[in-house]
Amino acid sequence: MTAIVLDQVDEKKRRFLIVATTAAGAVAAGGVAVPFLGSWFPSARALAAGAPVEVDISKIEPGQQITVEWRGKPVWVLRRTPEMLAQLEKNDAFLADPQSTSAKQPDYVKGAARAIKPEVLVVLGVCTHLGCSPTLKKQVGAASDMGADWPGGYYCPCHNSRFDLSARVFKGAPAPTNLEIPPHRYVSDATIVVGENPKG
Amino acid sequence: MAATHKPPVTGAGPLNGVLTWFDQRFPLMALWKSQLAEYYAPKNFNVWYFFGSLALVVLVIQIVSGIFLTMNYKPSAEHAFASVEYIMRDVPGGWIIRYIHSTGASAFFIVVYLHMARGLMYGSYRKPRELTWIFGVLIYLCLMAEAFFGYLLPWGQMSFWGAQVIINLFATIPVIGEDLAVWIRGDYNISDATLNRFFAMHVIAIPLALLGLVVAHLMALHETGSNNPDGIEIHENLDPKTGTPVDGIPFHPYYTVKDLVGVAVFLIVFSAIVFFSPEMGGYFLEYNNFIPADPLTTPVHIAPVWYFTPFYAMLRAVPSFFNMQVWGVVVMGAAVMIFFALPWLDRGRTKSIRYRGPIYKAFFAALIVSFLVLGYLGVEPTTVWGEFPKALPLLGGDYVAIWVARLLTAVYFAFFLLMPWYTARDREKPVPQRLT
Repeated sequence: MTAIVLDQVDEKKRRFLIVATTAAGAVAAGGVAVPFLGSWFPSARALAAGAPVEVDISKIEPGQQITVEWRGKPVWVLRRTPEMLAQLEKNDAFLADPQSTSAKQPDYVKGAARAIKPEVLVVLGVCTHLGCSPTLKKQVGAASDMGADWPGGYYCPCHNSRFDLSARVFKGAPAPTNLEIPPHRYVSDATIVVGENPKG
Repeated sequence: MAATHKPPVTGAGPLNGVLTWFDQRFPLMALWKSQLAEYYAPKNFNVWYFFGSLALVVLVIQIVSGIFLTMNYKPSAEHAFASVEYIMRDVPGGWIIRYIHSTGASAFFIVVYLHMARGLMYGSYRKPRELTWIFGVLIYLCLMAEAFFGYLLPWGQMSFWGAQVIINLFATIPVIGEDLAVWIRGDYNISDATLNRFFAMHVIAIPLALLGLVVAHLMALHETGSNNPDGIEIHENLDPKTGTPVDGIPFHPYYTVKDLVGVAVFLIVFSAIVFFSPEMGGYFLEYNNFIPADPLTTPVHIAPVWYFTPFYAMLRAVPSFFNMQVWGVVVMGAAVMIFFALPWLDRGRTKSIRYRGPIYKAFFAALIVSFLVLGYLGVEPTTVWGEFPKALPLLGGDYVAIWVARLLTAVYFAFFLLMPWYTARDREKPVPQRLT
């Protein structure tokens, strides 16, 4: 045994050992954190529950809307009347983004109708502002309770965002983009699948 | 061993023996003296100094009532709402335990906001108490997290949609936002997984952090000694004979007894609310929360509980720019985080509002008014004050409340951001040598 003599302490080596030990410890701690932080991602069960859903659209009358649940969120399927479709183009001047350039939507829906088949609108019923679910106000004018110039559309009660019947947001609303169109495809004329893109 | 050389404890009558046994194995008397019996506090504490000890009282109330709530609560989407109703109707005394906990949440914020206002008024955040202030702001952040996580647990409509709005704030962050929101929820929507993890955060993770921070807050405070309504350092004026501050008195018994009076008054008010108005007209417990959570129906009007509303009003007031709505979130976050910078923004030569000049007082008054009015606006829908007349240039047709909120948000930030300028230029009054 030799006694430690203070002036023989190798400060440089000691500092290196401290830094090396700390660095190794930090790396180990970071590695251990991975499974813990990873456990917050959706579980296999939640992923499976997020699978696509099949919707029968044959019984929706013109002007009628149904709500189906996909990944725990409301998806609206609205069968639009010819009058509703005719109104869409006239809304353009009042819309923030009439061509939906910044909206989240698959590239197989385009233009004012934002649908694969113009009469069937499939849209995620979640406001792009802060995630509330807007209400359908399909009546036109004063009868809608939305003012005499209301062209028919959706109204979000949380922060007063207004959308037309293609779920495109009107200017001056807090919602930054049009409502999201989920991926969907037609199995037949009567059935669509929400959550899957068209095959091919 | 050094401990055995300690003198025996005296003055505790029949307990002398027991206390001596402990003191020789644990720094019992040393802690008692340094933290209470010989911790000298300024002699001029006024009514504003009740709220620190009251916050501690509410913390204990929340921990005890919370522990008992977990004994009957079930953190699952299927059973949560029913288990809260079970607590309210079937568990003996369950209703009062739950009302104590829900009233305690609001009481916590009332007490903490008054405690913070005291710190602002008397400059308690100034050198050398910056760390006490920073630990305090961290406690405030923990409280907000605790309130947010806890509010989901009853699984009512407001629980669900309030959490929806807050989690979607994270989704507005560019690029990573959507994935971050999924990670927080553990699902594509708020679900059982979300409720379960929020329960874990609410009952163990945040309370542990909170307790640690409270200890740190008190240790930092007792290192520097307390500030006072005059903002004078009492430790700079010591009695030459005793070496203790001339203007100080021992915390125990003087302030323990004074604080007990505060606790008594507080408990009278607290019990009155628990017994006669636990919902407080929808402000402490929102009416929509008596409806079970329904992911497919949004309540007509979503408002957070009152203690978040000043910041919520700021969030709503900020419009989206460049197709991004993250700005409102940035403003809201900054409104809270700016408290951290306060010790370094203030360039005043005096600490207390008593000796500050007219400019500081005007800015301080504007801050309080803007905070209160923003708090009111955050509860109400944006339509509350109607629209500007259509004929008005620029503002015509916009909601009045939105523009008032924008103005007040600017006022709120002006208090902080202009502080280095106006505190340095103000005409301050001379500070006396001794406490008044």
